[in-house]
Amino acid sequence: MNKKQRNMLARIIIAVIMTVALQFIDITGWLRLSLYLVVYLIIGGDILKKALKGIVNGRVFDENFLMAVATVGAFALAIYEKSGDYLEAIAVMLFYQIGEFFQSYAVGKSRRNIAALMDIRPDYANIEQDGAIVKVDPDDVEVGEVIIVQPGEKIPIDGVVVSGESSLNTSALTGESLPREVRKDDEVISGSINLSGVLKIKTTKDFGDSTVSKILELVEDAASRKSKSENFIARFARIYTPAVCYGALALAILPALFLILFKGAAFDFATFETWVYRALVFLVISCPCALVVSIPLSFFAGIGGASREGVLVKGANIFETLSKVKTVVFDKTGTLTQGVFEVNAFHDGNDHDMHERKAQLLEYAAIAESSSSHPIGKSLQRAYGHKVDRNRIADLQEISGEGINAVIDGHPVAVGNEKLMRGLNIAPCHCHTAGTIVHIAIDNTYAGHIVLGDIVKPTAKEAITDLHRSGVGMTVMLTGDAKAVAEQTARELGIKQVYSQLLPADKVSHLETLLNGRKDDDKVAFVGDGINDAPVLSRADLGIAMGAVGSDAAIEAADVVLMDDDPRKIGKAIRISRKCLRIVWENIIMAIGIKGVCLILGIFGIVNMWLAIFADVGVMILAVLNAIRAMYVRKV
Amino acid sequence: MSKTYKIEVDCANCANLVEDAAKKVEGVKDLSISFMTQKMKVTFEEGTDESAVMADVLKAAKKVESDFEIL
Repeated sequence: MNKKQRNMLARIIIAVIMTVALQFIDITGWLRLSLYLVVYLIIGGDILKKALKGIVNGRVFDENFLMAVATVGAFALAIYEKSGDYLEAIAVMLFYQIGEFFQSYAVGKSRRNIAALMDIRPDYANIEQDGAIVKVDPDDVEVGEVIIVQPGEKIPIDGVVVSGESSLNTSALTGESLPREVRKDDEVISGSINLSGVLKIKTTKDFGDSTVSKILELVEDAASRKSKSENFIARFARIYTPAVCYGALALAILPALFLILFKGAAFDFATFETWVYRALVFLVISCPCALVVSIPLSFFAGIGGASREGVLVKGANIFETLSKVKTVVFDKTGTLTQGVFEVNAFHDGNDHDMHERKAQLLEYAAIAESSSSHPIGKSLQRAYGHKVDRNRIADLQEISGEGINAVIDGHPVAVGNEKLMRGLNIAPCHCHTAGTIVHIAIDNTYAGHIVLGDIVKPTAKEAITDLHRSGVGMTVMLTGDAKAVAEQTARELGIKQVYSQLLPADKVSHLETLLNGRKDDDKVAFVGDGINDAPVLSRADLGIAMGAVGSDAAIEAADVVLMDDDPRKIGKAIRISRKCLRIVWENIIMAIGIKGVCLILGIFGIVNMWLAIFADVGVMILAVLNAIRAMYVRKV
Repeated sequence: MSKTYKIEVDCANCANLVEDAAKKVEGVKDLSISFMTQKMKVTFEEGTDESAVMADVLKAAKKVESDFEIL
């Protein structure tokens, strides 16, 4: 509770005590009026002040004005009627203030809770100075400096482990609950929590460029990007409040005029009295605060809840698009597959499985590729599994886009694609297995080929099924890979359409075809790993970058960033957005509906001011509580 | 050139009103207020004096909502 809230609470308590006390004191006349006025000023003084200020500044119609007119009006009526019933005016102001107090307290509290969810900011970094560990501001640590992270502490800055072994909890970043094991030379990202051992980490980035700072920046910006429904409500409130005020004015005057002119009622205040009272009730009911506060709160809660699950949404407006996604387009490598190749088969020159010379083929291929950083070369080295003796290799020559020529153990060896083979006048065998084919020739004779396959992520199939189940009608895969591989993967995963052998530019044009073919309100999302598909990411209605922690380009281009690389998070993100949107609409309908009914009842004099203020405050409390629900998305 | 300021604003509707008013201040290209994060992001026009613009922004904001503060 801040100072303002404590102050407000004190005023509420004093006013309640005084009001109750006044009920037991038998006084009448001016003394009674002035005592009630004192209570009224204690509880509602600031509202009157704000209403006056609004009028002075030419901004008449707001909720302060509504409350001021309603309560001053109630006082005036009580004075006119000489009823001495000032309680109503006090009660309206009191309940309004209690409502405001609750709103400010509840919203403030949940605001802080949600902000705490997203707050992964490390407070300090440990560095070693003269043999002692010193805590410094992470901003002051230079790139290349060594920091020490004790068990239980957050890693403040991205870097590489220099010494120590430990497991890291990355759940604040990725939502992944399994700890990650790290040892010397492993890269670690800031924001992870060190669980078991002491780590010495050499920083590779400034604090400002580290993952944790990037994520914080993104999430904080997210809340300031307003959704359409938020803008709608802001516009709505701008028109609504004056409309209600004029409506109330009309209600106070027109029915009475009608009675006087056509029913022969007397032209005095007695005729107007009922209608003025009803107009005041009308004003009290109409206060739009429930809507105005609950909508941003819902989105904020949704964004907070999603970020705890490792889904970073860049703004409330993105939530709206996300909830309408009907087509999901995937990039294959790195998104649905791990982007890591494994050896599937060894074939000889007749495309038959090889048995005896397998080891030799792999050995030569791995040696030839030993200095390559290409994913295929690396995969061959990994499949070989032994350390390569570089002395066995001579005359290494890499032909870009084709392969490698080298002399190994005195034998000329060629490792590469069909083009490389043809260039050496060696007839390659055309392989019928789906996969990436590496041909090998030894001593200028064709020796056989190795079939490599990209490993499909274990959760990919479930992710696609899940998407289809949650109402995403169309799934499409775009890939640069060969047709056979692409189609086999798509079949395996249950993806409906597949386009293969695409260059990056083709991906954009295919996406555009999809964008042109959809219905207006259906959105097309593209999911990629963010490394080389930034143009497609930004062209789609909604770009989702996956496993993108640490990749600035992807974070920049995408609308939604999945912090780990589990494709099941796509469906989850869509469901989170739908839950949030559903809550927003529930609140809009509930608030407008209840208020609408009460307004009509108010016109006919069925609702008195007591009920009116309960309707107002009650709806607001319900709306705020409902909004907070958007934060709980773990099981969505 | 844009900057983010910590602010104090009491209600969501006030935040909207202040945003509307402050957007019209000269030298402000774009401005958005988040009630939830209690932050204000201001994008300035090229070649304007930030502190002078911010003084005007505060003045405009105070006019609509007297409780508004830039921290």
